[in-house]
Amino acid sequence: MHASVRPAVSLNITPSQTGAIGREPIAALPMRMNISELNFFYGPKQVLFDIGMGVAASKVTALIGPSGCGKSTLLRTLNRMHETVRNARLKGEILLDGQSILAQDVTQLRRRVGMVFQRPNPFPKSIFENVAYGLRINGSKLPISEAVEKSLRHAALWDEVKDHLQKSAYELSGGQQQRLCIARALAVEPEVLLLDEPCSALDPISTAKIEELLVQLKDLCTIVTVTHNMQQAARISDFTAFLLTGQLIEFSPTPQLFTTPGDARTEAYITGRFG
Amino acid sequence: MSPRLRWRKFVSGFMLAMTGVCALVAVSVLFFILGYLVYHGGTSINWSFFTKLPTPVGETGGGMANAIVGSAKLLLAASLLGVPIGFLGAIYLAEFSGSKVAFVVRYAADLLNGVPSIVIGIFAYSLVVLPFKHFSTLAGGFALGLMMVPITLRSTEEFLLAVPRALREAAMALGASKWKTIVTVIVPAAYRGILTAVLLAFARVAGETAPLLFTAFGNRYWSPGWNQPTASLPVMIFTYAVAPYEDWHRQAWAAGLVLLGLILVINIVARAILARGIAVPRA
Repeated sequence: MHASVRPAVSLNITPSQTGAIGREPIAALPMRMNISELNFFYGPKQVLFDIGMGVAASKVTALIGPSGCGKSTLLRTLNRMHETVRNARLKGEILLDGQSILAQDVTQLRRRVGMVFQRPNPFPKSIFENVAYGLRINGSKLPISEAVEKSLRHAALWDEVKDHLQKSAYELSGGQQQRLCIARALAVEPEVLLLDEPCSALDPISTAKIEELLVQLKDLCTIVTVTHNMQQAARISDFTAFLLTGQLIEFSPTPQLFTTPGDARTEAYITGRFG
Repeated sequence: MSPRLRWRKFVSGFMLAMTGVCALVAVSVLFFILGYLVYHGGTSINWSFFTKLPTPVGETGGGMANAIVGSAKLLLAASLLGVPIGFLGAIYLAEFSGSKVAFVVRYAADLLNGVPSIVIGIFAYSLVVLPFKHFSTLAGGFALGLMMVPITLRSTEEFLLAVPRALREAAMALGASKWKTIVTVIVPAAYRGILTAVLLAFARVAGETAPLLFTAFGNRYWSPGWNQPTASLPVMIFTYAVAPYEDWHRQAWAAGLVLLGLILVINIVARAILARGIAVPRA
């Protein structure tokens, strides 16, 4: 469906009402996040236009579209990482569990909405300290070594690193580093995990491992991932949003978007006619 | 082999040899100076050089214990003043200031770096020595500290800015505030470079003579506390080198050797510290 024809959503929306944003299968699901009337600017240049969509709890939502369509920008608004860029300006509303994320303390928000980046970016610290970092800076009362083990297990990395937790994180392979970054994000037990093309710098085997991992992580948290790999979106996501030049063209359950797209532009993109 | 190819091989070989020769020249200057110092001053270095006070003119022997301690105190005072100001200023420039403020501060720091050290000495003289009405270790440390500020500031800023953006984002995405990101990620990632910069500044001012002439002055005896004129190795070298006594010349060479040796030792210790910990790989 077109973002432009979507009925206006009031700002004090409740999770149960927002299902109406998607189609019937989404409507029945509880929403973790809601985006409405989101416009985004870098200086004078508008890069997102009137985006409205929901993020279903405990599901994988994929954002796809050609380079420069605004999918990464949209993802980065969800934990307000856009604020690290000068001249970035946002208009609209983003709700997390029914509360505006813009009104919250940003460090608290980012604890609840974690992020994994395009390239693995471990800290210049040991494997253990990388995972423990989020717990330490947030003054967590949890026993740290148990939490680190738990996160590394969730990220399917524990068996590979358990015997050398004190080694530099840079001694791991690229795929392991990315799983370490996922473990680091999971350690603070976020409600939502955002991933910005997490596999684009990785080889096919590492990519397969991470894809498998993301599907398993659904039980732990809600996942939003950006990808320019349509097959990947089809493999791992429950819902897919297709963006084009800053507009949300279509947002549907993944099987539906890839088999019976509702918009000619979606069809053109997924059949490889452009992008 | 065609003449063209032969010519190209010759040019390639010649230029390669030139780069090697230039690298060799750069290194050999240091070894030449070291060798020269050892040759002229080595014989005067003995236990009493490190433990005894200078002897009166005409008497041979004696040492420069007061100058060694004096230099150490001056450099400690200079570092306590110069390093925090340069370091915190660099954090402000790299992480908080707008580009216009940063430009002005950078420019001012570069100019300050270019101010002749004797002018810094006169400045410290009128600001510290005149009001207190006497020369002192503090005044000398103040002058040297001022000289450390721009070097520390500029190079620390460069190293902070070189920390990959991805690391900042990683920390902030985990809920780290800006200050926490700086303290727990950015500075640790940049500390090797920062320490190298501080060492450069330290080594640079360790050999400064001119600013000390008006501030720390000089002293034939021990200088108790921080508020008295004090001897220092560079000023001793200056005084002894221009004096007409053969024994003093040898002692000046020895003092030069000791000064260089101390800087070398501090450098080696710092390198050993740097070798520990995890470096950020180059992208």
